[in-house]
Amino acid sequence: MTVLGFFNYWVVVILMMIGFYCVIARGNMVKKIMGLNLFQTSVFILFVSAGKIVGGATPIVREGVEVYSNPLPHVIVLTAIVVGVAITAVGLALTVRIQEAYGTIEDDHLGDDIDDEED
Amino acid sequence: MIVAVTIVRVRDLFAAGMMFAIYSLLSAGLFTVLGAGDVALTEAAVGAGISTILVLAVLTLARRYEHPTGGHNWLALAVVLATGAILIHATLDLPEFGAADNPAQVHVGPFYTENSYSDMGIPNMVAAVLASYRSIDTMGEAFVIFAAALGVFALLSVRPTRDMPGVRKRRPPRRPGKSPEGKRP
Repeated sequence: MTVLGFFNYWVVVILMMIGFYCVIARGNMVKKIMGLNLFQTSVFILFVSAGKIVGGATPIVREGVEVYSNPLPHVIVLTAIVVGVAITAVGLALTVRIQEAYGTIEDDHLGDDIDDEED
Repeated sequence: MIVAVTIVRVRDLFAAGMMFAIYSLLSAGLFTVLGAGDVALTEAAVGAGISTILVLAVLTLARRYEHPTGGHNWLALAVVLATGAILIHATLDLPEFGAADNPAQVHVGPFYTENSYSDMGIPNMVAAVLASYRSIDTMGEAFVIFAAALGVFALLSVRPTRDMPGVRKRRPPRRPGKSPEGKRP
C-alpha cells in the first residue's frame, strides 16, 4: 500500500477528468471529440495497468522469459481503440455536416440563425 | 516520467490540435513501458496517425480557431472535481499496481498465457486471443467499423440543399454550401 502502487490509477483519473471537462465545458465540437478521445485513452491506460505485472514482458512467447503481462486486457484495449477511431470518424463527419448546414461548429452559435429569423 | 510528461502535454491540448498526436504517441510509449507492445503499436498508428488526419481534414473544412468562451465554466469544473474526487477515493480499493497476485492475474489470465502457444502456434498471445479465442467478437468489431464507414459516407454524401427535410426547412442557413468564411455578425 504505497503511494507508488496507486500512482497509475491517479494519473488515469486525472486524465479522465481532463477529458470529461473538455467534453462538457468546451463549445467547439472538434474539442469535444478530442476530449472524448482523452477519456478513452485514460480508460485504456487503466486496463493495461490492470494487466501489468512488475517485471512482466510483452506477451509474446520467446525463450528465457518467465513472466508475461496479462494478454487479455491488451486484446480488449485493441478492440476498443479501433472502435474508438470509428466513433471519432462518425463524430467528425457529423461535425462537417453541421458546419455545412449551420456555418458554425460552436454550441453557443447554433441557435443564432433560429433566434434571428423567428423573432 | 513519461506519465508526467503526458499530463503536461494534455494540458496543452486545449490550445493546439496537434498536441493530440503527441499525446497519443506518449501514451503509446506508456503502453510499451507497461508491457503492451501490440496496444502501443495500434495506438501509435490509430491515435497518432488516423485520428490526427481526420481532425486535420475536418479543420480544413471548418473554422480553424475555437471561439473564445471567456472565463471558466465553474459548474463544469465543480462537477469534474467532484467526480474525480470520488474516483480517487474508489482507487484506494483497487489492488496494488503491478503485483503478481492481483485478481486480474490469477483467474483466467494464466490459462491463455500458458496454452495459447500450444493451441494456436502463434507466439504473439494478443494476436492469438484476438483472432482465435475471440474471433467472433473481432468479426463484430469489423461490423462496427463497416457501420461507421457507412455512416460517414451517408453523412458526407448528402449535398447541402435548401429544401432538405427536417430541421432546416423553415430556416435556411445564410450561407448554404461549403463556404466557411467570415465571422458571425
